[in-house]
Amino acid sequence: MTGIDAAAGLAPAVAHDDAVAVVVDPGARTTLQDLGRAGLAHVGVPTSGAADRAAFTLANRLAGNAEDAPALETTLRGPTLRFTRAATVVLTGAPVDAQLDGRPVAMHAPIPIRPGQVLAVGTATRGLRTYLAIRGGFDAPLTLGSVSNDELTGLGTAPLAAHDALRTGDLALDQPAVDVAPVAAPPTTPNLRVVLGPRENWFAPDAVTALLTEPFTVSTSVNRIGARLDGPTLLHREDRQLRSEGVVAGALQVPPSGQPILLLADHPTTGGYPVIAVVIGDDLPLVAQARPGDTLRFSVASFTTPVADPQRLP
Amino acid sequence: MAVPPPLRPVGERGVLVELPGNATVRKLTAVVRDRIAGLEEVVAGHETVLLVWEPGRRPPGDLGSRLADVLGSASATRTADVVEIPVSYDGPDLATVAERCAMSPDEVVRRHLASTYEVGFVGFAPGFAYLLGGDPELRPPRRDSPRERVPARSLALAGEYCAVYPAASPGGWNLIGTAHVDPFDLAREPKALLGTGDRVRFVERAA
Repeated sequence: MTGIDAAAGLAPAVAHDDAVAVVVDPGARTTLQDLGRAGLAHVGVPTSGAADRAAFTLANRLAGNAEDAPALETTLRGPTLRFTRAATVVLTGAPVDAQLDGRPVAMHAPIPIRPGQVLAVGTATRGLRTYLAIRGGFDAPLTLGSVSNDELTGLGTAPLAAHDALRTGDLALDQPAVDVAPVAAPPTTPNLRVVLGPRENWFAPDAVTALLTEPFTVSTSVNRIGARLDGPTLLHREDRQLRSEGVVAGALQVPPSGQPILLLADHPTTGGYPVIAVVIGDDLPLVAQARPGDTLRFSVASFTTPVADPQRLP
Repeated sequence: MAVPPPLRPVGERGVLVELPGNATVRKLTAVVRDRIAGLEEVVAGHETVLLVWEPGRRPPGDLGSRLADVLGSASATRTADVVEIPVSYDGPDLATVAERCAMSPDEVVRRHLASTYEVGFVGFAPGFAYLLGGDPELRPPRRDSPRERVPARSLALAGEYCAVYPAASPGGWNLIGTAHVDPFDLAREPKALLGTGDRVRFVERAA
C-alpha cells in the first residue's frame, strides 16, 4: 500500500448527528472539488480542482462562501441527497431539471432546504458538469492542501457513494450579496480560443489549417484527465519521438494517430506527444462542459504573449 | 552576453524553455523560482523547462534575456546529497534485459549498482523520477506491449531511463527489481523522495 492508494474516504456509511445530508444515489460520478493543488507539478502531482472554475466559483459566491469552498461536481447525471439538517444550496454549471421533494428548483439561486427534504439534481440537459455548493462548504480532509478527487492519481476525497454522510464546513462569509445570477446558456458549438504551440512546428502544414477551420466532435472517451476528439487527422510532419515535457490544462496533445486529446484538470504533469495548441484559460469552462457528441471549433486568441505572435497563421 | 534560450508559448501564462540538455534543465530548475517572480509551476522535462505564471500574471517581456542571465551565472549548481535506495534484483524482466543487452543477469546487476544517477525530471505520476546517468550498455528498449499493471515499487529500465514506480499503474518499462522504499508517501516529509537534480545510488538488500 503506498500513500497514493490511500485516498481519504468521505464519512462512514451511517449518518452521524453532525451530517447535513446522506447520499441516496451518487449519480454517474460525483466528486468533491475545490480549486485543487497547484504548485506541485514538479513532483508529478496534477493541479486537479473544479473542471469548470467559473461555474464552481459562481456557486460559492451565490452560497455566500469563500470562492474555494469544497462543492460537488457531477458528471452528466447528478446525485440524489436526503437532508438531515436545514441547509442552503446552489446549483450552477450544466443545466439540470433539479427537484426538491418532486418540485422543480431553479439554478443560479440559493435553494433553502428543510430537514427531511430530498434533492434530486437530475441529468444535465446540456453540458456535462453541474456544481452543487452548500452554505459553509462541504467538509472533508485535505490531501496536499485540497479535498479534490484526482481521477489520474486517486489523491483526495473518494467519489460519492450511496449512504455517504456529507458534512458542512465553516467557509461561509457574510450573507450573499446577490441571490440570482444572470447566466448565459452554454453555446451549442463552442468556439475555443487557442494560442498555437508549443509544438505546432511538429505538424504537417495543413494540420494547423485543419485545426483552425474544421469542426471536431467530442468522442465518448471523456473524463477529468482529458477528452479525445474526433475530426480531421492532425498528422505529424515526420516520424520522431518527442522527449517528455511539461503540459498544461487546455493543451491539445496529438499522438501519432492524429486524433487530438484535450487535457483537463487531472492531466499528467508531463507528456510525450507534441502539443499543437493550448486553449486559453477563459475558455477552459467551455472545455469542461463539452460532452460526447458536442462540436468544437478552434480559433487563434487575439492577444499576444511575449513569446507568441498570434498572427503567424500557416 | 549569453544567448537567450528558445522560448515557446504554452497558452497565455506558460512558456516552454528549450535547453541544450538535461544538465541545463537541472541547473535552471534549481534556481529559477528565486530569480523570476510569480511562478506557479516549474516543470522539468528531459530537455525543457515549463514555466507557468500564477493566474492573472503574464510572462515578462524580457524573459529571454533574464533566463540567459540565470543560465550564464556559473554559481547555480548545488551539489546534491546522494539518496540511497535499497533494492532487490528480483524483477520478471531481468533475464530479458540481460539478453537484450548481451550480458549475464549478474552483470546487469553489477552495472546497475555501479552508477550514480541524477534525477532528470519528475512526471507521469506523483514521485515518478526519471533517473539519468546509467551504464550506456544497459539501455533496453521499452517492452513491445505494456503491462496493464506494474506493481508499486518496481525498479524499471527503459532506454536511458531508470525509475521506481511510486504506485501500481500500467507501464511499458522492463522490471528488473523491487525497491524497499516508497518514492511517494503522503505520511512522510518530504512526500516525494526525489526531486529534479537529486543524485541517487542503489544498494542491494535481500527482499
